[in-house]
Amino acid sequence: MMRRLLSVWHARNLEFIRDRGTLVFTLLLPLSIIVGMGFIFGGPPRPLFKVGVVGSAAAARADAFFHTRYVQFLAVPSTAAGLHEVRRQRIDLLLAPGTPPRYWVNTDSPKGYITEKLLLAADPHAQRLPVSGKAVPYLDWLFPGILAMNVMFSCLFGVGYVVLRYRQSGFLKRLHATPLSAFEFLSAQVLSRLGIILIVTTGLYLVIATMIHFHSAGSIALLLLITVLGALSMIALGLTVAARFASEELVNGLLNLLTWPMMLLSGVWFSLAGSPKWVQWVADALPLTQFLHAAREVMLYGAGIGAIAPSLIYLALVTLVFLGFGAWSFKWRI
Amino acid sequence: MRAPILEVRDLLKQYPGVTAVNGISFSVPEGMCFGLLGPNGAGKTTTIEIMEGILTPTAGEVRYRGEPLGERFREEAGILFQATALQNFLTVRQSLAMFHGLYAHGRDIDELLKLCSLEALAERDNRKLSGGQLQRLLLAIALVNDPAVLFLDEPTTGLDPQARRNFWALIDSIKAQRKTIILTTHYMEEAELLCDEIAIVDRGRIIAQGAPRALLREHFAAVLLELPRADFPDGARKLPLQRIDADDRVEITTDDLDATLRTLIGAEVPLKNLRIRPANLEDLFLELTGRELRA
Repeated sequence: MMRRLLSVWHARNLEFIRDRGTLVFTLLLPLSIIVGMGFIFGGPPRPLFKVGVVGSAAAARADAFFHTRYVQFLAVPSTAAGLHEVRRQRIDLLLAPGTPPRYWVNTDSPKGYITEKLLLAADPHAQRLPVSGKAVPYLDWLFPGILAMNVMFSCLFGVGYVVLRYRQSGFLKRLHATPLSAFEFLSAQVLSRLGIILIVTTGLYLVIATMIHFHSAGSIALLLLITVLGALSMIALGLTVAARFASEELVNGLLNLLTWPMMLLSGVWFSLAGSPKWVQWVADALPLTQFLHAAREVMLYGAGIGAIAPSLIYLALVTLVFLGFGAWSFKWRI
Repeated sequence: MRAPILEVRDLLKQYPGVTAVNGISFSVPEGMCFGLLGPNGAGKTTTIEIMEGILTPTAGEVRYRGEPLGERFREEAGILFQATALQNFLTVRQSLAMFHGLYAHGRDIDELLKLCSLEALAERDNRKLSGGQLQRLLLAIALVNDPAVLFLDEPTTGLDPQARRNFWALIDSIKAQRKTIILTTHYMEEAELLCDEIAIVDRGRIIAQGAPRALLREHFAAVLLELPRADFPDGARKLPLQRIDADDRVEITTDDLDATLRTLIGAEVPLKNLRIRPANLEDLFLELTGRELRA
């Protein structure tokens, strides 16, 4: 029995070691996650509260409140912009230095409450200006993230693995012997997956929205457009990964390498406001971030198409670039 | 002489350290069944895949109706690969319909089901077909566009003898429709039965080409005597006979059977297990290369 076991063990080890792409990704993926997370979440203890400062924040640095530990002070360009952030609980308090200083706090925000206590302890004369506006419950805030994440997984793995299986089984080779072009094949995959995604996402939206009593603040038609563009960008990304490779483990590694950063950095679970600038740049470049940003703006704050146009344009561009690259690099056979 | 539907000119296909096809040229007239015969690894599949437009040659070219392979060829060619998987969860009829939709013109699906004896299996999941049934479905898919030229790459490999014979009958009926067929095989019986002309391929080159019977007539004067190697004593090796030593037997070719038998009796070679038969393509391959076809 041992001889047979060793024989199969040895052969499987050779198979794994000689599949260099897989080997590299098996080592690279956990390493890159650890290094990336270290950069993002490592270092000194992170601030617990975020305070937006209007105007010449630097001039007010001498104030006692600005020496409070674990409070991060962020310059905001105008009161209106700061209030926008307070209403959405992206910052816990907005402060306009002066004599006396004025501050705006979201009365529905628990962290706003604590930050206000800290400010008043440092400066009891600060003038309170409560912000009206409904705070977004975490479940409502999370809802678009869950939908977008589901779209991401379904598109990347659904499309990537199907194309890979077709290639491994020789089905793609058989299709290559017909008048079907790579563009036609890829387009069929895109449209098929897009249709499935729209049906599934609509169903999920209806079920979850009913469960948590959620009502979209913005247009459902616009939300549909965002979902179409978001799904297309993810499908295009999945097709690009699966365009050439024939190793299941390598494709799995590559898909994981794409999904992990998107899952962690796109703001599905928590906001990245206050994280280092370069992290926000990386996050903004991820299609899931733009997809989610547009979806949240419409679902939670009732944004119109003009407000989310940059995200929509970005998703459309990502789709075109990756589809073009996928079609160009597409291989019919192993 | 019919005009060639396919012309293969100086094909060369090289992989790192290996020349799979080494200067192969031939032409196939319309309506002919042309066979590429050779052992595994001879270069048959590489040649046929270049002809199908699936592989790009290192050098040389393939012309279809006088033109390089292109759109017209893809519309008019039907292909049966050595191994093809189909989409999961599709029935036989749905698989045919999918491929039917890829061509500008095609045959009626019910007609194809009937031609390939798949009527009773039309609604069956294609994953639940036997080897012979799946091969018939793949042949039906190859015929879905009513092709002018049909490529069959080792179509009966892996089938049991009964399924193989059924498949030959099917190909014969397609031949009767004046389709051009390009067939690769390492079964000499298949080539002899189906092909009007064959090219014997070995180590990437054509070593003989012609009609099967003409080739046999050219290389074998009359009959072939076969003896187990163990029955052929060392002393008899010096006899003036046209002899080939195969793995387990000795083959003697002769156009004077009586004289050869007298020689063998004179040398006291036991004839209890002697077999006399006409030469076939396997013998021809052995004659040309000194190796057996299925080695």
